[in-house]
Amino acid sequence: MSTDTQSTQAYPVDALVRAHSAHKQSRSWSFRWLVPTLYVLFLIIPIYWLVNLSFKTTNEILSGLSLWPAEPTLRNYMVIFTDPSWYETYFNSMIYVVMNTVICIAVALPAAYAFSRYRFLGDKHLFFWLLTNRMAPPAVFILPFFQLYSAFGLIDTHIAVAIAHCLFNVPLAIWILEGFMSGVPKEIDETAYIDGYSFPRFFGKIFMPLIASGVGVTAFFCFMFSWVELLIARTLTTTDAKPIAAAMTRTSSATGFDYGVLAAAGVLTIIPGALVIWFVRNHIAKGFALGRV
Amino acid sequence: MLELRNVRRTVGGADHIRNVSLTLERGTLNVLLGPTLAGKTTLMRLMAGLDEPTSGTIHFDGKDVTGVPVQRRNVAMVYQQFINYPSLTVYENIASPLRVLGRDAVTIDRDVRRAADLMRLTPYLDRTPLNLSGGQQQRTALARAMVKNASLVLLDEPLANLDYKLREELREELPKIFAESGAIFVYATTEPQEALLLGGNTAVLSEGRMVQFGPTVETFRRPVSLTSARTFADPPLNTLSVEKRDGQIRHGDAVSFPVPAHLQHLADGTYTIGVQPHHLMTRATAQDNVSIHARAVITEITGSESFVHFTFADTDWIMLTPGVLELDPDDPVEVLFEPSNLMVFDAEGRAVEYEFHTAA
Repeated sequence: MSTDTQSTQAYPVDALVRAHSAHKQSRSWSFRWLVPTLYVLFLIIPIYWLVNLSFKTTNEILSGLSLWPAEPTLRNYMVIFTDPSWYETYFNSMIYVVMNTVICIAVALPAAYAFSRYRFLGDKHLFFWLLTNRMAPPAVFILPFFQLYSAFGLIDTHIAVAIAHCLFNVPLAIWILEGFMSGVPKEIDETAYIDGYSFPRFFGKIFMPLIASGVGVTAFFCFMFSWVELLIARTLTTTDAKPIAAAMTRTSSATGFDYGVLAAAGVLTIIPGALVIWFVRNHIAKGFALGRV
Repeated sequence: MLELRNVRRTVGGADHIRNVSLTLERGTLNVLLGPTLAGKTTLMRLMAGLDEPTSGTIHFDGKDVTGVPVQRRNVAMVYQQFINYPSLTVYENIASPLRVLGRDAVTIDRDVRRAADLMRLTPYLDRTPLNLSGGQQQRTALARAMVKNASLVLLDEPLANLDYKLREELREELPKIFAESGAIFVYATTEPQEALLLGGNTAVLSEGRMVQFGPTVETFRRPVSLTSARTFADPPLNTLSVEKRDGQIRHGDAVSFPVPAHLQHLADGTYTIGVQPHHLMTRATAQDNVSIHARAVITEITGSESFVHFTFADTDWIMLTPGVLELDPDDPVEVLFEPSNLMVFDAEGRAVEYEFHTAA
């Protein structure tokens, strides 16, 4: 009997406590969604606006602000997909960006391995001074690049832009990869040699899977730098290797300003970067956690 | 047979290994005993061929292998850290050396499963090493070393990071497992007790020098120098500077006893005496026991034994005694030892003639 009484007495107290905590929880929840929502809006609005513009006609764009296209059109995209002077620039950008990424990784892998595994005279100084190229703005290098590349007949070639971007990307790639490689115990290398592995076989079969995240992160940074860099790419190219970033600086045509096409080009420019991030997202997450980035 | 002849290894002007000469026979278990930075790992790396000696030569079965890359030697090595290939499964980790050697799939499968069975890894063959406990990871590394059937097996403090029970088990099993192969088995450790439990031969290392090499029990009981005795003592060796004069051995007024018969031949002079902590006792066993009147500092009781730290004449000693001995700090305590258990070292730290009467 007394137990029953206790339980009936206890119930309202429990209920009150639950109600109180639920009330407190709901109050705190009201603040929880606000900040992330504002943050996401802040990030999304410019991209949404670009997409919004890309589906509008130039007349509608110039007539005023509207949250969505009144008369949605695919004309802007059609212009880009059918006009070689637009779509070829995409291919040009893709070609030199991929070339640059491959060269950077290929060059940085052995260099980073050497920095992480061997001690040699001035290694720490050299490692630090690798970054000096990144301390100056790219514009500083335009003149020497232009003269050198002109002398070697490399102007307006994909390889010219790819190599020029290596000046900035290779040191960064070495730094990132060195961090990942130093995270792999040297004893793993030695164990592989004791097991009989040759260096190339060890590097390919044992070591590369261990630094895959680092390679992913490095490729991402090389890709993004090369993809968005405008100044050098525009200076070293005229028509055959002209990149999309340079093509997008054409704001006016014979018919006037074509903002719709420009917006569509902008949207298409974001896509490769977004795809790269999508594919290497796990590696990047792991990479940022483990590497010296 | 592995032979190191006057091997020296210098790194950045500092000697890591100083003129070590050592011969290890096939089918033997050899312990490298020394404190941290004694040169155990460096010596193992030289034996494996991971490093080259600065001077001296290394011979295997009479052939000079100095400078021969590790890939071309039939060596297996296990590190103190759990070193495996994290991207490969336990099965592939164990199979790895066999695949490199080009063995056929049936042989690989048979050998891997046999090694996994011995190391109790069969349920974990499909996992990657990072999904295993520390003990399982180290057993994977040991299985990989085992499966290779190497002529020289180097184990660098392989059990240091394992829990007590597993360490005891593996310490017992390892020598048996590798003994079957007839390989030269080298085991590095910092723990004298581990060396004694393993048996075989022991090389005592100190500051890159090999101070003594011989059968483990013999090396423990008859250290050739103070350095060797100190290295091969856990708890630390009790030492005291004494004067031998007029048929007495003295340390000021605190310690004085007649020169034991087996040390009568010693010339008068200054010596260092050493007494192992387990040779000290609190109850007399004979008339000639040497007595020291000391004061307790601290007592550590492990359950089956007691470690009594005590002090006399500005000297700190430690006694290891069976059972529970409870003493408060500053309690007076009479500590005794049999003179026959004395180790005596001359001014240069060399052991002088003596005999042990009690078992080690």
